Amino acid sequence: MTGTLDASAVRDMMRAVAQSLIDQTDVLTNADLTIGDGDHGVGMRRGFEAALIALEAEEAASAEGAFKAVGTAILSNTGGAAGAVFGTLFRAGSKAFAASGVIDDASFATALEEGLAAVLKRGGVTEGQKTMVDALAPASRAARAAVGQGLAAVTAAATQGALDGVEASKAMIATTGKARSLGERSIGHPDPGAISVSLILKAMQDFTAGA
Amino acid sequence: MANPKKILNDVKRVVPEMIEGLALANDGRVYKLDGKPALIRKDIPDGKVALLIGGGSGHEPLFHGFVGKNMGDGAACGNVFAAPSPDVIAAAAKAVHRGKGVLFLYGNYAGDNMNFDMAVELLEDDGIEVRTVRVCDDVAAAPPERMHDRRGIAGDIYMIKVAGGAASELGTLDEVERVARKAQGWVRSMGVAVSAGSIPETGKLTFELADDEIEVGMGAHGEAGIARQKLKSADAIADELMDKILADLPFKRGDEVALMINNLGATTMMEMLIVNRRIRAILEREGISVHRTDVGTWLTVQEMAGFSVTLMKLDDELKRYLDMPAESLGYSRM
Repeated sequence: MTGTLDASAVRDMMRAVAQSLIDQTDVLTNADLTIGDGDHGVGMRRGFEAALIALEAEEAASAEGAFKAVGTAILSNTGGAAGAVFGTLFRAGSKAFAASGVIDDASFATALEEGLAAVLKRGGVTEGQKTMVDALAPASRAARAAVGQGLAAVTAAATQGALDGVEASKAMIATTGKARSLGERSIGHPDPGAISVSLILKAMQDFTAGA
Repeated sequence: MANPKKILNDVKRVVPEMIEGLALANDGRVYKLDGKPALIRKDIPDGKVALLIGGGSGHEPLFHGFVGKNMGDGAACGNVFAAPSPDVIAAAAKAVHRGKGVLFLYGNYAGDNMNFDMAVELLEDDGIEVRTVRVCDDVAAAPPERMHDRRGIAGDIYMIKVAGGAASELGTLDEVERVARKAQGWVRSMGVAVSAGSIPETGKLTFELADDEIEVGMGAHGEAGIARQKLKSADAIADELMDKILADLPFKRGDEVALMINNLGATTMMEMLIVNRRIRAILEREGISVHRTDVGTWLTVQEMAGFSVTLMKLDDELKRYLDMPAESLGYSRM
């Protein structure tokens, strides 16, 4: 119960995250078919399949490197808005682990904050527009609030924050991206990108439980 | 509704296999970039301002079918309906650059905007100057005061044609950008969907329309339009599209325009010609003359049925670039 993940454990966690998202392709496809064009699931699968390969490389041997490798793989292989946004999330978040080389509760919360800041800047969006930000922002706040209670508590809090965000996104009207033109027809359905955020964090919670 | 029948091999390899076939269909005038899904014109003259186009695949012949003389110098290709990644865009930009800078021309979508912008940042590090013009011609997507929220649809083709001509003839990136922005300001489109297309990798239709329904103003990926309606006559559909398009710029008596009727995939030439007859009657009534007409298949959405109408207002300068001969697989004109 050290509450930290060393470089090797980080790499294993990212493998688990990638596998989890690959396994849940259909969940994302069906969510996206409802309010988008249905390519979110296959896009994320392409990105995380490439991430599994990238995690074998030498550059992925550090905590920072593992996050960056996953981000770069998603950026290059998922494509579209999801590739830019999720690639940016992992690449910007990786910097939080540069100094210590490990993941603990405080650096994990920082990674979410830095990832969120970079995504907001890249996407030009704010909270409430029915995007992945609506899961990432509450997750980031919940993680920060739980710092001091250990890594397992922080990933659990972040996951719960993201799930609350997914739920809240149902009531939102999409005002950006391809779902924007649906307007009020988007009400009642969660944002697929927000679901992806919750799945990523849930996989991290499962991996870090007992850490 | 049954999933569409597709003639494919491995669904995960549709884009690379399509690109291979597309490069070969250009009979040696275009090559595929090593290791990247991008197509580049072979005979780009030295000292030419470069035009790079691109976007998601699945809309063939847009974008990658429009690489050639007086058209795009290169195209960055994404996965089906998804923007290309920054590394692909940057590699394609380097391949077309001839020392005079690169104009990026693509449809205004969140994914394209983010990925092309990231490529601009990568290219800054290499000292390559880039300007960006986004096509935002879909009047159904947002009101006129929110042009930046409008999608790019078939206006892409006229924009590529005009910018491609300008980039062949004008010596500076400033000048090419100026012409492209003029075209951007003067082009308007709107479409109607009759039935859905699908994404090969999921095999599923991207939306559902009942047998007797149409959606007016629907976007090129099945984005919602202005209204779902019961199927109505060709003339009634043409009337509704033209009302919205004409009022938007607005196009005025005495204007001269180029007119494009684009098939979204599965609509017949016969239907589009019937629509064309009504559109010409409307334009004549409004005192707007047609400099040239294009009726055909340029921006598709797989097996989606429906069409869009594009009008671009012309002056002597835009006419000159629009009328230059074009040589590409998807659009040729002597």
